[in-house]
Amino acid sequence: MAQLLKDGHAIENSWQTVAAEETTFPAGDILVSLDHWREHKAELTKHSGSVGLWIQGNEEIEAVVDTLIKMPVIAVVFPKFADGRGFSIARLLRERYDYQGEIRAIGNIIRDQLYLLQRCGFNGFELEAGIDLTEAAKSLQDFSDAYQVAVDQPVPLFKRR
Amino acid sequence: MAPFNSQYAEPNFMYKYDQYDQKLVDERVEQYRDQTERYLAGGISEEEFLPLRLQNGLYVQRLAPMLRIAVPYGLMSSHQVRKLAHISRKFDKGYVHFTTRQNIQLNWPKLEEVPDILAELASVEMHAIQTSGNCIRNTTTDQFAGVANDEIEDPRPWCEIIRQWSTVHPEFAFLPRKFKIAVCGSEEDRAAFLLHDIGLQLVVNDAGETGFQVFAGGGLGRTPVIASSIREFLPKEHLLTYLDAILRVYNRYGNRDNKYKARIKILVRAWTPAVFAERVEAEWAHLKGGPATLNGTEIDRVTSFFSQPDYLSVNETAVDNDIKALAAGSIGFSRWLDRNIRPQKQPGYVSVTLSLKPAGVAPGDVTDRQLETIADLADRFSFGEIRSTHNQNIVLADVAKADLFELWELAKTSGLATPNIGTINDMICCPGGDYCSLANAKSIPVAEAIQRKFDDLDYVYDLGDLELNISGCMNACGHHHVGHIGILGVDKKGEEWYQIQLGGSANKNAALGKVLGPSLSRDAVTDSIEKLLDVYVENRLDQEAFLATYQRIGIEKFKQRVYGTAS
Repeated sequence: MAQLLKDGHAIENSWQTVAAEETTFPAGDILVSLDHWREHKAELTKHSGSVGLWIQGNEEIEAVVDTLIKMPVIAVVFPKFADGRGFSIARLLRERYDYQGEIRAIGNIIRDQLYLLQRCGFNGFELEAGIDLTEAAKSLQDFSDAYQVAVDQPVPLFKRR
Repeated sequence: MAPFNSQYAEPNFMYKYDQYDQKLVDERVEQYRDQTERYLAGGISEEEFLPLRLQNGLYVQRLAPMLRIAVPYGLMSSHQVRKLAHISRKFDKGYVHFTTRQNIQLNWPKLEEVPDILAELASVEMHAIQTSGNCIRNTTTDQFAGVANDEIEDPRPWCEIIRQWSTVHPEFAFLPRKFKIAVCGSEEDRAAFLLHDIGLQLVVNDAGETGFQVFAGGGLGRTPVIASSIREFLPKEHLLTYLDAILRVYNRYGNRDNKYKARIKILVRAWTPAVFAERVEAEWAHLKGGPATLNGTEIDRVTSFFSQPDYLSVNETAVDNDIKALAAGSIGFSRWLDRNIRPQKQPGYVSVTLSLKPAGVAPGDVTDRQLETIADLADRFSFGEIRSTHNQNIVLADVAKADLFELWELAKTSGLATPNIGTINDMICCPGGDYCSLANAKSIPVAEAIQRKFDDLDYVYDLGDLELNISGCMNACGHHHVGHIGILGVDKKGEEWYQIQLGGSANKNAALGKVLGPSLSRDAVTDSIEKLLDVYVENRLDQEAFLATYQRIGIEKFKQRVYGTAS
């Protein structure tokens, strides 16, 4: 199972991601698709563990935001680490829709993206088993400051110089 | 050269890093050093390391890695240029290449030494951040910014504001494809801004306020497109939020399945410019007036760095008479004045272009010694400031007319005074198959053969303004689509062939060239160019330039001369 780095710390990953084609849900904390949620809402509402949603980078989140922001976790899938759509999705969830829960990057991400992902509002990161999370977490600190406005710094550098 | 004080004097007309800027480039060096070490130790895969090294300027090329160093909007101090000379000696083979985006490339660095090179660059307020990869690249502008007579407003402060905004932008480091921005501050376009993903034209509206007309979706490459206007007037303070909106729309909706359809131009065309503009406006509605909105303090802060140098007041008439007398006595000096000198705003001063296109040298290549000479000349004659141009030459923007003869003599000694600016021999040329792993064909030998063929300067001057651009493949780094004459290297069953295009232009009336006919062998290229020039000379009216003659008479006569048949 992928490891979880949350708010800068390695924590036990209690979450299982339910693939789109699955129709049964394992016990415990699960991440399900929007289709799962729509089709099995009654069942999922009574689920024994926590339920979060996973979405793809191409999701038109504007259309489903009411559902999303009620969830404790929104996981954004990176099909390839070089596919940067998820960065925009996270900023929209935080900055436009004021989402306060966890935004987790799952799929293919690399530690060298952690700093940027965090700036965009991600605070959970699933990294491959075998990666030293303490080592990887150092990449969250790659830069001590930034020029731009983002989720972690709503005031641009030019107003703080 | 006569001795003079080459002690580094901080130039007072370019942006200077404060502790924030410096810390960011220093931290970037350390980040990349760690990434390189992990890669060499097997801790990062080839695939994962690829975008990391690209976003630090490092390609792996045909013969060796290639490192592209950012020259923000083409502006450098003599101190920085001396450092580049030092780097080229210490880490490379003692020469560098100036690119068509005002940047500098080292052709032979060692991958494991790149962090040290970046550290040397950071010590003189330079970097290689985002000079490659699918991210926002170096912002380019007019090489005569700040001194041009036709300037609406100096674009350099805006380029610097964009540089800071784009540097390590958290949201846009993994775009569908590379992203290039150019700013034009003048009437005439010297930045080819309509051939960029975003082109910003400084304009004054009816109320007398300066702002930007915003163009999007231009670019060369396999599918050349001239950018479309998506906003007639953007007030200055909204620049960054509007750019964020464009980039966010592109980041979310640009094609990620096919790299040849991934540039923003494809999205703009698929949606139509009008719909693209609507989508941007809708996104911007949320960002407009937000915290990234610029304020007067910041605009003034950045603008204040680009102050005028300490010009001397000059008796211009007397100086002009002196120059006339010197020119009358030296045909070489006279030719250089004709081609390499440009008037500028300040009375008694001109801008000088040092040609990096002498025959026999790859266009844009300079040696370490020449870099040092350029730095010395800049210190002595142009307030220590040096500019690179998208035509792959060097500009000293603020030269007193009284110094021209001496500058010319010194530049000539170092091979930097070839009087060919704007002529057929001032060609734009990519590194081509000699260096680049993407190229289908060599481009440098073609450029050299053309320069050797047209070495009769009287003939070259008689031809007048003529832009000849050469790309070794359809990625179009040599801007062949917008050359008056464009040459494209193509691969035909493993052999290198060349397609000729006519009628392209990179100025405000930007136009893409038309293919003349079937591609030619390398041996046939120069003779065919000569035939094209013959058609021009026979058909031109008065002082008409090549492009104007072409536009008037069309492609047919040219085609018949080269291929011997009517189509």
